Amino acid sequence: MTDASINTASAENEAQFGDYFALLKPRVMTLVVFTAFVGLLAAPVSVHPFVGFCAILFIALGGGASGALNMWYDSDIDAVMKRTARRPIPAGKVTRDEALSFGVALSGFSVLMLGLATNWFAAGLLAFTIFFYVVIYTMWLKRWTPQNIVIGGAAGAFPPMIGWAAATGGISVESVLMFCLTFMWTPPHFWALALFMRGDYDNAGVPMLTVTHGRRATRVHILVYTLLLAVLAIAMGFTSAGGPIYLTVAIVLNLLFIKGAIAIWRRDEEDAERDNFAAERSFFKLSLLYLFMHFGAILIEAGLEKFGYGLSLGGLL
Amino acid sequence: MNFQKPHELHERRKGRNIGVGLVLGALIAIVFGLTVVKVTSDGFQTPATLTESN
Repeated sequence: MTDASINTASAENEAQFGDYFALLKPRVMTLVVFTAFVGLLAAPVSVHPFVGFCAILFIALGGGASGALNMWYDSDIDAVMKRTARRPIPAGKVTRDEALSFGVALSGFSVLMLGLATNWFAAGLLAFTIFFYVVIYTMWLKRWTPQNIVIGGAAGAFPPMIGWAAATGGISVESVLMFCLTFMWTPPHFWALALFMRGDYDNAGVPMLTVTHGRRATRVHILVYTLLLAVLAIAMGFTSAGGPIYLTVAIVLNLLFIKGAIAIWRRDEEDAERDNFAAERSFFKLSLLYLFMHFGAILIEAGLEKFGYGLSLGGLL
Repeated sequence: MNFQKPHELHERRKGRNIGVGLVLGALIAIVFGLTVVKVTSDGFQTPATLTESN
């Protein structure tokens, strides 16, 4: 490398540490960290706190690596969408090749380290999650099917399962239901967003359900997924990870969520335009609280169990 | 003695270099910590003990 070649970047376009960190999608990482942490703590096997910390860290890094690879592949559409135009690649801070190398290296590193810190089953699950998000979702299905959100949701749903696997070395009803909770939650969450954030996905040519099947069909889909989600969320209460606190939270939140979904289903575009998508916006906000409170309740149940105050309704499922 | 003025590049990449340094430091601490936890855990067996038990 010559002195001339390393100096081509101007000072304002020089990638800083924060730009590489932004490649990891830190906001998505917070969800990964939280749900993986809940999965790890809810597991019936206790883990050394330092090993647990390392497991969460490597799961988060694996999630971040898949985010970097997603930004590498999607840099063309990121540049078109308002929401993503300021990401490091479209902003000209990081090149596509750098993002690719960074993502691949971090993927390998996170999987290897998780395997060494915990077990190879959890590491394999993390590797599969990265593969699923990058290859199956980003490269293959995202630009091809309007069910892209449903499939993408699966990738985001794996962390609690990996956390559980890091502690136990396997899979169980509880970890599958934790997966299902995030998996079924993702479509209504994103479709509500797509209803009031119109235009962005159309410009990028991403086949969102709102565009391919219409906004009426999206409203119906939100209701159907919300009803299915409620069944799974409440079923979770009857496993060893659930309990009376979880069940109370789940019943209240699912009733509110179903009420919101019915309100969205009953409205047409004229109603929505009139109040600037108030029902859709409040459903979206509630969806954030919904997931946080469900996993929070599992965490509380796990905490009570560890201190000998557990009132698990487990064994029924 | 000849002190050279730091190149502008060093100044420009200072934040990034400090960040990488801290990450590498944290990695050393993590690997060390994990090693300590693993070798002091109940189930830990040295290769010699493993050979004897076989």
